[in-house]
Amino acid sequence: MSTVTLKSVSKSYGKVKVIHGVDVAINDKEFVVVVGPSGCGKSTMLRMIAGLETITDGDLFIDDNRVNELEPMDRNIAMVFQNYALYPHMSVYDNMAYSLKLAKLAKSDIQDRVNKAAELLQLSEYLDRKPRQLSGGQRQRVAMGRAIVRKPAVFLFDEPLSNLDAKLRVQMRLEIRKLQRELGVTSVYVTHDQVEAMTLGDRLMVLNDGVVEQFGTPIELYEQPATLFVAEFIGSPSMNIVSANANGHQLTLTNGTQLESSTSASGPVMLGIRPEHIVQDTTGNLLVDTGMVEQLGSNTLVHGTLSDDNTPVVYSLPGIHTEQSLGEKMRLGVSQDSIHLFNSDTGQRIMS
Amino acid sequence: MEKRVTFKGKKLPLLLILPQVIITAVFFFWPAGQAIYQSAFIPDPFGLKSQFVGFDNFTFLLSDKYYLAAFTTTAIFSSLVTVVSMGVALWLALMADRIIKGSSAYRTLLIWPYAVAPAVAGVLWLFLFSPNIGLASWYLEKLGYQWNHTLNGGEAMGLVVLASAWGRISYNFLFFLAGLQAIPKSVIEAAAIDGAHFWRRFWTIVFPLLSPTTFFLLVVNIVYAFFETFGVIHTITSGGPQQSTTILVYKVFSDGFVGQDLGSSAAQSVILLLVVGLLTILQFKFIERRVHY
Amino acid sequence: MSGMVEKTGLGAWMTHLSLILGILAICFPIYLAFVASTVNQSDLIRPPMPIVPGDQFIANYKDALFRGINAPVWQMLLNSMIMALGIAIGKIIISLMSAFAIVYFRFPLRNVFFWLIFLTLMLPVEVRIVPTYEVVASFKMLNSYSGLILPLVASATATFLFRQFYMTVPDELAEAARVDGARPMQFFIDILLPMSRTNIAALFVILFIYGWNQYLWPLLITTDPNMNTIVMGIKQMFPSGDDVPNWPVIMATALLAMLPPVCVVVFMQNLFVKGLVETEK
Repeated sequence: MSTVTLKSVSKSYGKVKVIHGVDVAINDKEFVVVVGPSGCGKSTMLRMIAGLETITDGDLFIDDNRVNELEPMDRNIAMVFQNYALYPHMSVYDNMAYSLKLAKLAKSDIQDRVNKAAELLQLSEYLDRKPRQLSGGQRQRVAMGRAIVRKPAVFLFDEPLSNLDAKLRVQMRLEIRKLQRELGVTSVYVTHDQVEAMTLGDRLMVLNDGVVEQFGTPIELYEQPATLFVAEFIGSPSMNIVSANANGHQLTLTNGTQLESSTSASGPVMLGIRPEHIVQDTTGNLLVDTGMVEQLGSNTLVHGTLSDDNTPVVYSLPGIHTEQSLGEKMRLGVSQDSIHLFNSDTGQRIMS
Repeated sequence: MEKRVTFKGKKLPLLLILPQVIITAVFFFWPAGQAIYQSAFIPDPFGLKSQFVGFDNFTFLLSDKYYLAAFTTTAIFSSLVTVVSMGVALWLALMADRIIKGSSAYRTLLIWPYAVAPAVAGVLWLFLFSPNIGLASWYLEKLGYQWNHTLNGGEAMGLVVLASAWGRISYNFLFFLAGLQAIPKSVIEAAAIDGAHFWRRFWTIVFPLLSPTTFFLLVVNIVYAFFETFGVIHTITSGGPQQSTTILVYKVFSDGFVGQDLGSSAAQSVILLLVVGLLTILQFKFIERRVHY
Repeated sequence: MSGMVEKTGLGAWMTHLSLILGILAICFPIYLAFVASTVNQSDLIRPPMPIVPGDQFIANYKDALFRGINAPVWQMLLNSMIMALGIAIGKIIISLMSAFAIVYFRFPLRNVFFWLIFLTLMLPVEVRIVPTYEVVASFKMLNSYSGLILPLVASATATFLFRQFYMTVPDELAEAARVDGARPMQFFIDILLPMSRTNIAALFVILFIYGWNQYLWPLLITTDPNMNTIVMGIKQMFPSGDDVPNWPVIMATALLAMLPPVCVVVFMQNLFVKGLVETEK
């Protein structure tokens, strides 16, 4: 049983506030991913949970204990660092065993735990090697092993996959997910990669400029982004955002195109449509000039612009198309349920 | 530059830094302060009391022809040592750099004299040029030249320069060789293709590219000649004949310990302090410059 | 690799020839000293001296080591060894510690201490000999190992070298150690020191030679021949006045004096070069 609770936690460096009162409750065994662009404060937040940064204001609880003032080692957490932070002069075994030695565990106990972790991570044959004799993926596993052996209440991951190549990243992503399920340890994982965030997290926390934009399951974030920022950040390619004027369910785009939405609003709004929700429809209301075409095999991305307007529109069509086969102009349609509306001043989602 | 990670605690770091601070305070700052303090006093002839004289020790020194002579001697001595040792070392480094196979063997054979103490080097050269029995002076006599550095100041200077420069060749060689090896081969090959011959390549390409190393060695060698050659001079000439090899450091020693003129010796220390400070600043300027490369 | 375009044939031979000649010229005084240490005094005082080694090697070295002139040379070798090791090890230990404090802690007066240490870069012992001598004398440390070692132990160079090195150690390593439960001294001993191994070794080589070759300082503070170091003791073996020096024994001593540092340079060549380059940065 381990929960992590942040109660209006904030962080300032001098006068600069980098985290603005974060309130979050992370459940036992939950895998929470903190995602956001670089500089949004996500690493700082993780490091505050770890005890590597002081908390300027607010309270941090692990289970029911307030841990604000505790040293990292007393918080019962383990951390996996971006560049692994393996001790270069120690063997794989010693890297994993170091914290246990410091905790003065019995030698046989240490051996037992390290061997078990090594087996789990397929590192058994590398225990005598030095970190520099290992590949990137293996070093990553050692870093994980070092976290696992301590049997901590919480795992903290600070962009652990960003130093790996794309293929290995996908593989390690799956391994981390599997491992976390098997061990059932509450985890907080920081990344700037939204695909990684979507695939790994039970819940995602989108952070922007030190403010939590939304905290929810990947699908909630995808289907009902709470803010314009989340709408643009989650999903690839990004959601199309155009300004429009609303009159109840009726929306008028800048080039005069009329669209219908299931949500109602009035006045100027920001309208969002995901590229994959735009379909070819000879009776549709959207008329676009087709531009560059990117063939991805399973689908085709078209970078067009609204007719009589320069507003760019990206849409994804199933199957293979070329600029010739699509023609210069296309008529497209959008179902009214896949239209997201946001307040044009605050960026907040407009609920029906 | 600061570390992001710092450990908590105030006592532990103080405890860790204490040994160095204590030693520095007791053996560096206290004596340096003493030197400055003493430089403003003249002890009475019986050594019982000192009289405050302000800058008199300095004004006296700067009008003392022996002290000014020591300045000139130091200037001549250090330029000669620097030029000779750097010249020979550069030549050897250029040669070693032209060899692909076996250059590490030459390196081994050339660097070990670095480990020979200046005082020991002095004894070796003293033996070689000893007026009565030295092999070199014997051959010079055969050629009709009567060598006696204990009487001839010029010969004495030549000998201490030789002995001091000899001990420094290894050091300069190492740095020159490293500097040469850092010059991209392609640049030199391009010049060779352009038709430049060895000397032309050297003066137009290699030497300018080597200038950071050269400048650095220049400063380091001057510092060496100023201070570390004490052993050479003490063993070979003891500053003579007629003070012809008395460099500044030697004079601090002889006035302070042999002559027991503490006020003057302290004033000389202070002047040397300024010289070292100047050289250090020069060195830092150089480091700054090197950052730009 | 090679900076200049490689020569073949005659050019290459000329290159090798000038190098070999250079090496011979540089080694000649040492060779001659060796020859002198293997012959009788009578062979030397009638010039020209022989240029091939004689048969007195064992006799002369035995004479030097166990009888010497003012003190047996083995005693001076021992003194030199203690002084060189004391200076090298002492400097390394206090510099490792002070650099650790400066880099990994924030504490009152940190900057003041930093600049105090920094300033010592500008104060070679030669400049402050008289007052330093008085300080050491007032502590009654003349003719003692502590008097030989302590004033030379504080050095900004070593502190700066370690500071530079610690700065290159990734921050995450210290954080990982903190998360693993290491206290500052455990991090220092378990992680930082083992990582500094090569730097320590390289610096040791340089400092050992520096300590061994000290001349002026031991000359001032050791008046007892049994406390002389070998490098300064050689000069004391020359008779005052016009007496003829005992050259074979003096030359044997000179060779013994250079043997330990030369061995260090030759056998730890790579560490030596690394140490030289880094201390001069």
